[in-house]
Amino acid sequence: MLEARELTCSKRDRTLFEGLSLVVEPGELLYLRGPNGAGKTSLLRILTGLSSPDSGAVLYNGMDISADKTGYYQDLFYLGHKSGTNGSLSALDNLSFWLAQHNVSVPVNTLFDVLEKVGLVGLEDVPVRYLSAGQQRRVALSRLWLKPAKVWILDEPFTALDVKGVHMLEKSMKEHVGRGGLIITTSHQHLSETAGEHRVFDLEYRF
Amino acid sequence: MSLYQGIFKRDMQVAFKQKAELVQPLMFLLMVVTLFPLGVSPSPDTLQRIGPGVIWIAAILSSLMAMERLFRDDFQDGALEQYMLSGMPLPAVSAVKVAAHWLVSFVPLLLLSPLLAMFLNLTVDMYIALVLTLILGTPLLSLIGAIAVGLTVGLQKGGVLLALLLIPVFIPLLIFATSAVDSAALQLPYHAQLAIIAAMLLLAAALSPFAIAYSLKVSQN
Amino acid sequence: MWKWLHPYAKTERAYQLCLTLQPWFWVGALACLSVGTVWGLAFAPQDYQQGDSFRIIYIHVPSAILSMGTYVAMAIAALVGMVWQWRTAYMSMIAMAPIGAVMTFIALFTGAAWGKPMWGAWWVWDARLTSELILLFLYMGVIALYGAFEDKQQAGKAAGVMALVGVVNIPIIHYSVEWWNTLHQGATISKFDNPSIAPEMLWPLLINLLGFAFFIGAVTTVRLRNEIVLREMHRPWVQALAMNKALNQQPGDAATASLKEGS
Repeated sequence: MLEARELTCSKRDRTLFEGLSLVVEPGELLYLRGPNGAGKTSLLRILTGLSSPDSGAVLYNGMDISADKTGYYQDLFYLGHKSGTNGSLSALDNLSFWLAQHNVSVPVNTLFDVLEKVGLVGLEDVPVRYLSAGQQRRVALSRLWLKPAKVWILDEPFTALDVKGVHMLEKSMKEHVGRGGLIITTSHQHLSETAGEHRVFDLEYRF
Repeated sequence: MSLYQGIFKRDMQVAFKQKAELVQPLMFLLMVVTLFPLGVSPSPDTLQRIGPGVIWIAAILSSLMAMERLFRDDFQDGALEQYMLSGMPLPAVSAVKVAAHWLVSFVPLLLLSPLLAMFLNLTVDMYIALVLTLILGTPLLSLIGAIAVGLTVGLQKGGVLLALLLIPVFIPLLIFATSAVDSAALQLPYHAQLAIIAAMLLLAAALSPFAIAYSLKVSQN
Repeated sequence: MWKWLHPYAKTERAYQLCLTLQPWFWVGALACLSVGTVWGLAFAPQDYQQGDSFRIIYIHVPSAILSMGTYVAMAIAALVGMVWQWRTAYMSMIAMAPIGAVMTFIALFTGAAWGKPMWGAWWVWDARLTSELILLFLYMGVIALYGAFEDKQQAGKAAGVMALVGVVNIPIIHYSVEWWNTLHQGATISKFDNPSIAPEMLWPLLINLLGFAFFIGAVTTVRLRNEIVLREMHRPWVQALAMNKALNQQPGDAATASLKEGS
């Protein structure tokens, strides 16, 4: 259970949101909506602990994440605007190193299965910068199926994906929620029914 | 693969795929050193007198150029975010990355040093002192430099600002290192200077990983 | 123990504090500087060795001492900001930085002016002069780093780290005359020994020291007020303040008349 308590955030001396509270339970998909500049990315980054709020706290299963991060990070998968992959390494290397860093061990077969699922078979040894934007996005997303994370925080995950990719991701999101996982995501496109039931949270642009 | 092999091995692999980026600072170093005999005086005595300083100044300047790649790519492609979310303690990650960076940037310098010593007419005693100061001092450059790199990694125009921040901080190291080599030239003992550099290195090794981690968090905010 | 300091984490209280302290600092600066400078330049006895040229001590020593003192104050402000996350701490830090840099420059400049008749050279690369020059570079680095960030809260944190890294230089400057054989003379005022300077020469020096300190305080409060207003422009209390000022200054003006109508 992820809880945000009275979060206040300001960037460049402009208050984005004040006293914001929300609770997301396991088995829930929260769809964060709002115009450009409303603070969606900032809110997501605060929820992951990458940014600190001006005041307020984020609690995972009742514990403040700033006090103890390791428990939360074992269960967390975050994908932001940046892919998290190094352009000069291959997809396979990128994923292997990432798994080692996150202390997740996955048999090689599973790794190849996931690469096949995202349609990157044959491209796994190519340095990532030679792939198209959509393919690079798929490399980043393939980690969803590699780390057994309970909490998914995804910032505009559908960027650069084609129709098939969007469908695959939405299906995965529905399955994850069905298994008792928890997802918070933003997107400029509407979530279709493939993503399943979801709750909407609107963030307004403050002047 | 243990966690640190996941960082260390990765950084080494990335470094070897970016060989051009590694070679350029070394070439810069070599060219700067050749400027001095050409611009100041080719007389062997003069070169021997200014030699230690020239090599150390060139080392500092070329390290400033090489320093940026420590966190820049990882920041821009989001790998740094993923490290911060991995559960690995950020000071430890920073220390490992600095160690990998030092190996890749400064060991070639050490290998190049006999050539530089020959260009500047250093005696064998001076050269030994020089190598000792480089071995003790270049990790200090990497450790302290990494703090400033962490702070400026999110800025567009990082380059010159990095030099402005770091050169004043490196001046004490420069003074002690060149003093050691100058003492060696006069056949005087230089344990004191080496001890001071070693003390600075130990202090930096103990404290800078935490400072680097804090700088990275500031840049991520 | 430090509970009384906590209200000043709020920018509004800090602003009020600056307003209160400012006149006292200006008055103190004016009083001490005029007394000290006139006494020192005109009335203090001549030095048996240097004649009248020693009188630059009344500018040089206070500015040198306070260049280091301001840097330490800056580092303390950075530490407070880092540990307690106070915005006003970071704002104070950057308010102090330029005046500290100017003090360092004055110390170097007056030192050079003194060095020429004394040592025959405008500049020597001895330990104290070099470390004071490094101090100037450190100040400039902190100011440059702060200016490079658009988000000023982030800028404060970054500049704070650099300020703390550089604070190691301060003991080096102070003890440089003891640790190295330098051309620069030893400490005039020591905490534990009797000062090596005659009392008639010492008093104007101390008064000027106080005067310079008041001056730095006055300029810092002005800069801090400006920084607070600039950063907190959107807050209602700042807008009320601006409104009051506009209304009080020119009651007959057409613009302010329309402001009155609008409010």
